[in-house]
Amino acid sequence: MTDSSKNPPLLSVQGLVKEFHMRSQRGGRRKRVVQAVTNVSFEVARGETLGLVGESGSGKTTVGRCVLRLIEPTSGTVTFEGRDLAHVDVEEMRNLRRKMQIVFQDPYASLDPKMTVGASIAEPLVVQGVPGNHEEKVVSLLELVGLAADHARRFPHEFSGGQRQRIGVARALALDPALIVLDEPVSALDVSIQAGVVNLFADLQARLGMSYVFIAHDLSVVRHIADRVAVMYLGKIMEIGPAEQVYEHPTHPYTKALLSAVPVPNPRVERQRSRIMLEGDVPSPVNPPSGCRFRTRCWKATELCATVEPVLEMRATGQLSACHHPEA
Amino acid sequence: MSAPVLEIRDLTVTFTTPLGPLAAVRGIDLDVRAGEMLAVVGESGSGKSVSFLAAMGLLPKTATITGSVLLDGRQLVGASSKELRAVRGQLMSMIFQDPLSALNPVHRVGDQIAEMLQAHQKLSDKAAKARSVDLLEIVGIPQSGDRALQYPHEFSGGMRQRVVIAIAIANSPKVLIADEPTTALDVTVQAQILEVIQKVQKQFGTAVVLITHDLGVVARVCERVNVMYAGRVVERAEIGDIFDAPSHPYTRGLLASLPQAGVERLSPIAGFPPNMLRPPAGCAFRARCPHAVAECGETLPTLRQIGASHSACIRAEEVLTSS
Repeated sequence: MTDSSKNPPLLSVQGLVKEFHMRSQRGGRRKRVVQAVTNVSFEVARGETLGLVGESGSGKTTVGRCVLRLIEPTSGTVTFEGRDLAHVDVEEMRNLRRKMQIVFQDPYASLDPKMTVGASIAEPLVVQGVPGNHEEKVVSLLELVGLAADHARRFPHEFSGGQRQRIGVARALALDPALIVLDEPVSALDVSIQAGVVNLFADLQARLGMSYVFIAHDLSVVRHIADRVAVMYLGKIMEIGPAEQVYEHPTHPYTKALLSAVPVPNPRVERQRSRIMLEGDVPSPVNPPSGCRFRTRCWKATELCATVEPVLEMRATGQLSACHHPEA
Repeated sequence: MSAPVLEIRDLTVTFTTPLGPLAAVRGIDLDVRAGEMLAVVGESGSGKSVSFLAAMGLLPKTATITGSVLLDGRQLVGASSKELRAVRGQLMSMIFQDPLSALNPVHRVGDQIAEMLQAHQKLSDKAAKARSVDLLEIVGIPQSGDRALQYPHEFSGGMRQRVVIAIAIANSPKVLIADEPTTALDVTVQAQILEVIQKVQKQFGTAVVLITHDLGVVARVCERVNVMYAGRVVERAEIGDIFDAPSHPYTRGLLASLPQAGVERLSPIAGFPPNMLRPPAGCAFRARCPHAVAECGETLPTLRQIGASHSACIRAEEVLTSS
């Protein structure tokens, strides 16, 4: 955790809750509410990468969107550069938005096929009314992400998936953001291409010093890029801390099971590992289990887990985890 | 070493497109041995799925297929749809990435399994029903009797893939082709489905062809590996050799690009795969290859034996000894 008195974090999320209302089934009157994110808190320091991992339905993408206020949180606060985003006026939010950008998973859907690459990259500058020669800026951005100046006149269909993702990154960089939410930015790419885009993220951060919230289900990519990691399950953070500690000494049974389920690309290692086989699937977020949300799949669950919801506690290895029976 | 149950020889698949012929598979030889777990790995567009869709007779009319696919001695290339129908689901089955689109949403899952049974066997409705409940049990669906009466939307993603596997193995096929069977699933569910597939392979002696891009999955469950690139098999080896001593530069590049603990900087493969509307002369990987020499552009390299492996690289010896 950052010492907030001396060095305030760039981003601070406290008690974030996001509920979605669903139409009731079979025309009934009772409204169904899905709590996609429940009481999530974390901080991101300047120049830091926070990895947000979890399986489908864990709420990781919803957290990313709430941070940018692309969707409105139900409750909780998101503080960016010391300002509470829920209490800034339209004009100020507009200014803050320049500093917070997002890169999406699908490099095909996130670029307008009818706009030239140059126009797509310049669009944030136009929207924000940035004066000056955008052409030069576009060229420098293209070069920054490993593309060439003459690519600006071409259209998205002329590019491969990896190149398109670089275009999306160039667009996100146009306004010199302090924070970029990367939502599964390499999941749609083949591994040989993925490696180049991951290196690009590392290079850009070393050069420009921005922070990343890196959302992904691929745990090995997150391990490679993140300084700290938050493991989510059914809308809650189960464990959060320095990446090395979380990966090497997981204290939450879910983290441990998740890590053991990821196949290691080395047959000798892979075939000798002991694996924790979790039963069943992630329960429905419409009706999450009482107490600890992971207890229905946990081999350590006791009566206590069903009645008392565990809170995040600091462990000896330096990370926080929410479990009544943490791993040593 | 057991005899091959599926023998693919010089298979080519060419699609007719508005932009001209697209060479998706450009002459592959591949054996699937009885009861083995064989991996076919490669990136998007490498022809790994198309090869086996061709073998199954599942490609649209825009595809022209040449070469030979022998399943248990029967020629499948050029076979009539009637012959293919008798083979599919009986001798060879295929499962896909998305289990929901493989199931019929308006029929109970038990009936869908029974339909597959009765398509190939003379079975009474009662016997087919009983057998479909057994099959659900085999693939690890609890309360299989009740679950057989439910519809696909009542199952989770992992459970649906189990149902699809139950349908695929209903008639004890000799070969099960699993095309990215766990790609759409969460990693904890992936582990369960891989276990089911391994169980089917071991318990029933079904040969499994696992088509995947995930080398971790390959390392976990497969015995032999075929690596495909641009419509060709570029390397074939036992699992240990592929990871310890890859003899094709593409295989090496693929392994090097994976994030691994302790590796500070990833090593991507430069460039991107060729456009198969205009496949390059010679080795298709040479534009991205750190070992390429002028000779690589002259002839299309074929698989040749290098130690215990087979590699389609004319410089495989140098590749093996380079660091």
